[in-house]
Amino acid sequence: MPTPRTGRDRTARDNSLVTQLRQSKRAGRIAEAASVGIKILLVKILLLGIVDAISVYALFVLFLKQDWVVFGLVLAVTLIVNWIYFSKNALPAKYLTPGLIFLVIFQIFVVGYSGYIAFTNYGTGHNSTREDAVASLIASAQQRVPDSVAYDITVIEQLGAYSLLVTDPDGRISVGSADAPLREVTDAETDADGVATALPGYTSLKFSDIAANQEVIAALSVPLTDDPNEGVLRTPDGSKAYLYLSDLVYDEAARTMTNTTTNVVYAEDRTVGAFAAEDGTELRPGWKVEVGFDNFARAFGTDSIRGPLINVTLWTFAFAFLSVATTFALGLFLALVFNDLRMRGRNVYRVILILPYAFPAFLSALVWAGLLNPQFGFVNQVLFGGAEIPWLTNEWLAKFSIIFVNLWLGFPYMFLVCTGALQSIPGELQEAATVDGARPWQVFRLIKLPLLLVSVAPLLISSFAFNFNNFNLIYMLTNGGPRDVTAGVNVGATDILISMVYKVAFVGANRDYGLASAFSIIIFLLVAVVSIISFRQTKALEELN
Amino acid sequence: MMVNMKGLVAAGAVVVAASLALSGCSGGASPKEGAGDKAAANTLTVWVDADRGTVLKDAAAAFTKESGVKVKLIQKDFPKIQEEFIAQVPTGKGPDITIGAHDWIGNLVSNGVLKPVELGDTTADFQPVAVTAMTFEGKTYGVPYSIENIALLRNTALAPTAPATYADMVAAGTAAGTEFPFLVPVGPESDPYHLYPFQTSFGAPVFGTNSDGSYNAEDLSIGNAGGEAYAAWLASEGAAGHLSVNITNDIAKEKFNAGASPFFLSGPWNVPDAQKAGIDVAIDPIPTASANPAQPFVGVQGFFVSAKTKNALAANEFLVNYIGSEEVQTALYEVGGRPPALTSAFEAAAADPITAGFGTVGATAVPMPNIPQMGKVWQFWGVTEAAIIAGEGDPAALWQKMTGEIQGAIAK
Repeated sequence: MPTPRTGRDRTARDNSLVTQLRQSKRAGRIAEAASVGIKILLVKILLLGIVDAISVYALFVLFLKQDWVVFGLVLAVTLIVNWIYFSKNALPAKYLTPGLIFLVIFQIFVVGYSGYIAFTNYGTGHNSTREDAVASLIASAQQRVPDSVAYDITVIEQLGAYSLLVTDPDGRISVGSADAPLREVTDAETDADGVATALPGYTSLKFSDIAANQEVIAALSVPLTDDPNEGVLRTPDGSKAYLYLSDLVYDEAARTMTNTTTNVVYAEDRTVGAFAAEDGTELRPGWKVEVGFDNFARAFGTDSIRGPLINVTLWTFAFAFLSVATTFALGLFLALVFNDLRMRGRNVYRVILILPYAFPAFLSALVWAGLLNPQFGFVNQVLFGGAEIPWLTNEWLAKFSIIFVNLWLGFPYMFLVCTGALQSIPGELQEAATVDGARPWQVFRLIKLPLLLVSVAPLLISSFAFNFNNFNLIYMLTNGGPRDVTAGVNVGATDILISMVYKVAFVGANRDYGLASAFSIIIFLLVAVVSIISFRQTKALEELN
Repeated sequence: MMVNMKGLVAAGAVVVAASLALSGCSGGASPKEGAGDKAAANTLTVWVDADRGTVLKDAAAAFTKESGVKVKLIQKDFPKIQEEFIAQVPTGKGPDITIGAHDWIGNLVSNGVLKPVELGDTTADFQPVAVTAMTFEGKTYGVPYSIENIALLRNTALAPTAPATYADMVAAGTAAGTEFPFLVPVGPESDPYHLYPFQTSFGAPVFGTNSDGSYNAEDLSIGNAGGEAYAAWLASEGAAGHLSVNITNDIAKEKFNAGASPFFLSGPWNVPDAQKAGIDVAIDPIPTASANPAQPFVGVQGFFVSAKTKNALAANEFLVNYIGSEEVQTALYEVGGRPPALTSAFEAAAADPITAGFGTVGATAVPMPNIPQMGKVWQFWGVTEAAIIAGEGDPAALWQKMTGEIQGAIAK
């Protein structure tokens, strides 16, 4: 008989149901949490596994190369990364480590290496080690004897030592190796053309065998006779040999190179990193050596650099300052205008104004160079009715053009940041000021501008630093020109420091990385000083408000 | 929970990337050494630009089949090759072979990154100007594949016959009644490369030559009497409006393609566009402006062998017997349009009148100097010519000042 259900019963049952439900929910949550935890753990192990696998591979390669410094670094970094991601405490480090690793690789190492290069003579003619220079000099000194004949050869091998089986054009067959000059043999097998192909007791090499051991075979030089001055036979391809004579002899003990035809002795000069004769002529290539402060001395001591340095420095400051001032003024003005609610279609104008910012700057600079062509350019042809105004070839007009084009390129950026900063200034401030009877100019000068500068001033400083090294614009628009041909230095009226460095350090095909690095350190110091002073000023501005 | 997980995944990904970068910097890029030595010794690494890459693929396959040596082609941006080659060869990670231009040789050799190539008895199969160009201090450093030079492009609709002298060209150009009698690219810093044939017609080459055709850096002949006469000629032609620093490469090309001039001093690279613009182009020798023949510079492209190659024999074999073969030279000509350096391939290519025209001019032209001293010449040469053409001073005085400055720069 069914019991009538009382209210109390129902509640109890419901309660138990709710409890069950709650329990199962909690269980679900715990299970979910646990499974998420496992997922995270799996992802973590997987990623760290990949990292470790790559590190172990790198360590293996480094071990074989016996590059112990890098080996130690990679090992330490791997251990630290593993510890950080498995430990429960190092939460900040978990976020910071990847960034720190990138910072070390891409910033600190690069800056440090540039600093090191500034104290070396790394550049054309000094780009490798002493061993490489010696090997290269010896290889280049090998010269085929003029009008000598080509010998057909077969490379043969006996007990791991290689010899050349030589058939000369007259059909005489002889054999020789690095230690034994050619001696005639009679028991060689020949092919249809009379070329010897095999010798009893020796194995003849096919091209694939030769290719597998070509370093040894390419270095094999067989003396023609007992007299080394007769020359040696070498094979450049494994099937022909030619007679070579070297006119340069290297003496490892005395560390000298001697030219055997002119008898000039080139002694090692460790301060320049080259073999030099007594009269100062150097053999090229030399090698890289540390030269101390030589590059800095050269940066200030060479006439062709010191002469224009002052003018170029002045113009660099003027260019960077004027670029920032003009772009900021125009950008701010436009931002104010387009921030006015009464202006219609503001968004359309804003998009159009930002367009110059969207084009790559070096492309725009090239287009402007075409527009400003005196005879065919759009500016003179259309805007000035065919007048031949030398926009880029007159010293002062070129300076004006540079700043003008940079204004065109740069104002959208200033417009953007000023618009942003203006919109973050509360409207009530302006209302309050207006109510107090301030005129629009006063509102701008006393309220908006100071508030604006707090957020924009750091950007102005970075913009200054950017323009200080604005190589693209100068290189593409005027290439530093116009140049005064009577001045005798390869520096033009619109060259800034960085473009002058480029011209001085990278003349023609010559690359002087040492000098360029020294210059970039000098430029860095200049920009750093200007920036530090400016940031101090900005701080004062902030405190004022 | 989700946020944390995403953060962790992102962090993990960054670590992977960082470690990849780190191992890439430290040792990953050098698997050639060590364990993989044997395999590496049988692979030729060749740097080549995009156009040439497709052609070399077939030659490389044939070479691998014959010799068992694998060829790995790596595509590079041509203008960047010179610097990357100099930077990478000393580290031991550079290629065995690279494509390049002959005027790099002086620089590459003084950096010690090139190994001489033994052309052996195939030397005679190449055009002499190509072999001379590839020779530096008596040694051949490259296997040439093409020759490139400028010539006179003539719009046959405006000028039916080839001019014999500069005066003829001016007269024919004026008679054609076009906007310009002829076009020579000059530009604000001048263009000594395009103006050089006129300079040589006054008998003033940059450097004198030795008996074997190589340049003698000691003999700076640019400042001789012919040089001064050439400077005076530049000034008078500039004043007459025939030469103008406002006519850049782009403008000259645009005007010629628009039919604004019957003559255009340019190279094979501008011919396809002119033909596309509907102009019937004929290639003529460059008319001389004075007593001597007008000789332009020749640029020779070819392949070089690294000084640190471990595959010297295979590299030499591949270059001389495969790159130097008629099939490959012809195939390279077909993709690039530059006349081949191998005489037999050139004769086959000369069926095309444009190629034959440039080839005829190239045969009598002079190689661009490959001695490193040439690098010191350009920076003074162009601006001085520009100043003379623009009429900024006494031509002879400016020319002599330039000569002195070049001499000073070389002596340094």
